[in-house]
Amino acid sequence: MALPISYSLRSLWTRRLTAFLTASGMALVVFVFAAVLMLAEGLRMTLVQTGSNDNVVILRKGATSEVDSSIEREKASVVETLPGIAAGREGRPLLAKETVVLITLPKVGGGSSNVTVRGIGEDSLALRPQVKVVQGRMPRPGMPEMIVGQSLMRRFEGLSLGGTLSDNLEGWRIVGVMDAGNTAFSSEIWADADQVMQEFNRPVYSIVIFRLADARSFGSVKQLVENDPRLTLQAKNEVRFYLEQSEMMAKFLTILGVTLTVIFSLGAVIGAMITMYSAVANRTSEIGTLRALGFQRRAILLSFLAESLILGFAGGCLGLFFASFMQLITISTVNFQTFSELAFRFALTPGIFLKSMAFALVMSLAGGVLPAFRASRMNIVESLRTS
Amino acid sequence: MILPKMILKNAFRRKVRTLLTILATAVAILAFGLLRTVITTWYGAAETTAADRLVTRNSVSLIFPLPLSYYEKIRHVEGVREVTYGSWFGGFYISEKNFFANFAMEPESYLNLYREFLIPEDQKQDFLRDRRGALVGVGLMERFGWDLGDTVTLKGTIYPGDWPLVIRAVYRGRTPNVDETQFVFHWEYLNETLKDTAPARANEVGFYILGIRDPSRAAEVAREVDAMFENSPAETLTETEKAFVMGFISMSEAIITVIQAVSLVIIVIILAVVANTMAMTTRERTGEYAVLKTLGFSGFQITVLIMGEALVITCLGALLGILLTYPAAYGFKEALKQFFPLFNVDPMTVVLDLGVAVLVGAAAAVIPARQAVSIRIAEGLRRMG
Repeated sequence: MALPISYSLRSLWTRRLTAFLTASGMALVVFVFAAVLMLAEGLRMTLVQTGSNDNVVILRKGATSEVDSSIEREKASVVETLPGIAAGREGRPLLAKETVVLITLPKVGGGSSNVTVRGIGEDSLALRPQVKVVQGRMPRPGMPEMIVGQSLMRRFEGLSLGGTLSDNLEGWRIVGVMDAGNTAFSSEIWADADQVMQEFNRPVYSIVIFRLADARSFGSVKQLVENDPRLTLQAKNEVRFYLEQSEMMAKFLTILGVTLTVIFSLGAVIGAMITMYSAVANRTSEIGTLRALGFQRRAILLSFLAESLILGFAGGCLGLFFASFMQLITISTVNFQTFSELAFRFALTPGIFLKSMAFALVMSLAGGVLPAFRASRMNIVESLRTS
Repeated sequence: MILPKMILKNAFRRKVRTLLTILATAVAILAFGLLRTVITTWYGAAETTAADRLVTRNSVSLIFPLPLSYYEKIRHVEGVREVTYGSWFGGFYISEKNFFANFAMEPESYLNLYREFLIPEDQKQDFLRDRRGALVGVGLMERFGWDLGDTVTLKGTIYPGDWPLVIRAVYRGRTPNVDETQFVFHWEYLNETLKDTAPARANEVGFYILGIRDPSRAAEVAREVDAMFENSPAETLTETEKAFVMGFISMSEAIITVIQAVSLVIIVIILAVVANTMAMTTRERTGEYAVLKTLGFSGFQITVLIMGEALVITCLGALLGILLTYPAAYGFKEALKQFFPLFNVDPMTVVLDLGVAVLVGAAAAVIPARQAVSIRIAEGLRRMG
């Protein structure tokens, strides 16, 4: 016969301080575990959502980021004539030629950072359905006007609708605020491409972006672009392009996260072990009594494992409870690869939730196994004698 | 003195529990030490900068170049001793994953300014003579298994094409905190090639580095340089090398903040584990403390007894953790070579490790000690059963 769960629960309750300390230790480990996963996931989601699967980005061969890339006007015109591009306004190809530069802006609370300024074409907005104008309007072609990402408005000094930038782009007016959700566009400034080229004395485009009429034709378009000796350009799927840009950052976060988690979980397993060993030691005579009453070794073993799992479950719940608040926090940092400002959020997915809970239970099981075996192997007579 | 002896005896009375607690502390100290090392490494770059060096770049942002013609003008600014210039090349070797810092620099003035690079004299001359020569840090040589005289082809990202270069000199750092994984070649080689392939981009440099005579006049020199190019098509921003490097570091501040927060969480975790052990221990020994009190031990002595035990555990754990930090840091360095060319455990980190151990030991003992001291003798003796 098995021992009831309520026995394990009550045993924990009689030693609440110790149980609480163990569970909170575990909760902290689960918290860190979940937070690191959430950070990596948030970064991944930001970049995946930034791209669309049927968009193609054309860059100069060898360039790894938009800023490195340069495409002369003539080459951009050749790209425009490629077959397979979706039709946009008035039957023209749905395509934008963009110039991307970085400018340094002062951050709220000191320091400064690199902000992406994207010189856009008329179809740029149509190609990015995630981007919504929330205040004001889009900049007009031929005017020194700009629209600023919402996440920049909060984090950078002195940005306001109708205002100008303090140091850079003299005479340029902010005419709108755009919201692009959790995508990289929320950290960008958009302005008319020709104006940007003129202002920064950069007579070339950085990228050409277009939508495919049929996403499956990507392979053939890529071949067409990359095999054309006139072009020396490369074509990339937009989602892949943004993922590649965060590879280094993602790798850094993952290695840091895995190292921390391994080290932390060792600590938490040891913590659970200490608690369970002392639970067994303190209840020696109790265990003897249970055995004398006819409970089998297996029942004792399961009961102690259950007690340990309850601790782990409580720790997991507590840790996830606090981790879920992390979703309110936005991290903004410079992406090492593109060298530009990027904001992303801690994202809690069902997968991370399950992983963290499983992690908590495995930790508590690992900590409880040895003590539970010791309890189940106690000799009845001897354990009854030690009271 | 009977107290130290009692503390040691007590600490190891429950061997398994004590060993486990020591292990848990060691693991936590290890994690704490590694995170501290990540942070000190991050800021470490700023410490190798020299106070007598200024960096002049385009005021819009780093991606915009400055004309080469500024060189002569900057050189004649009062207080400037030596000027070098160059560009961030941003190339990679074979694959994009093999990231390392590579610059095209004016070699002679660069080596005059960067005295922290130790180069054998004959290699230095070879490097200066060969326009396709490269100066490579010893760490990078080991990473790719290169030898002196090897031809290495960098693939350009900012400057397209293949760039074959011959390794003519290898440098070591004068101090251990000098980055030994840089790759430097002649700016002239870059410029001559650009004149053929992309004439619009020729005669432009990414930044100037100024050696100044008197570091205390850095601000004045910087102002003077920037004033000279005000209202020109390429305005400049001049700052000390340290401020320049700190600018990079502060861009990633958010990640550092996260790491610092995690370090604090670790301290709380050790505290929970050690406090748990001490709470269990003193609960078991309530009767003993009553006996000690009967024998005339003061409350203070009993506090010392309990706190001492906690400190013995945390300090042993810290020692073990510190010993483990060194091999762990080495492993971490191997895994993250491309982010951290240097990953040395700072002596200050060891001091902090010990500080944390003492703090945690003392804090963990507070509540159990108070309980043991405040218990009434008769009640304590009764609990012995």
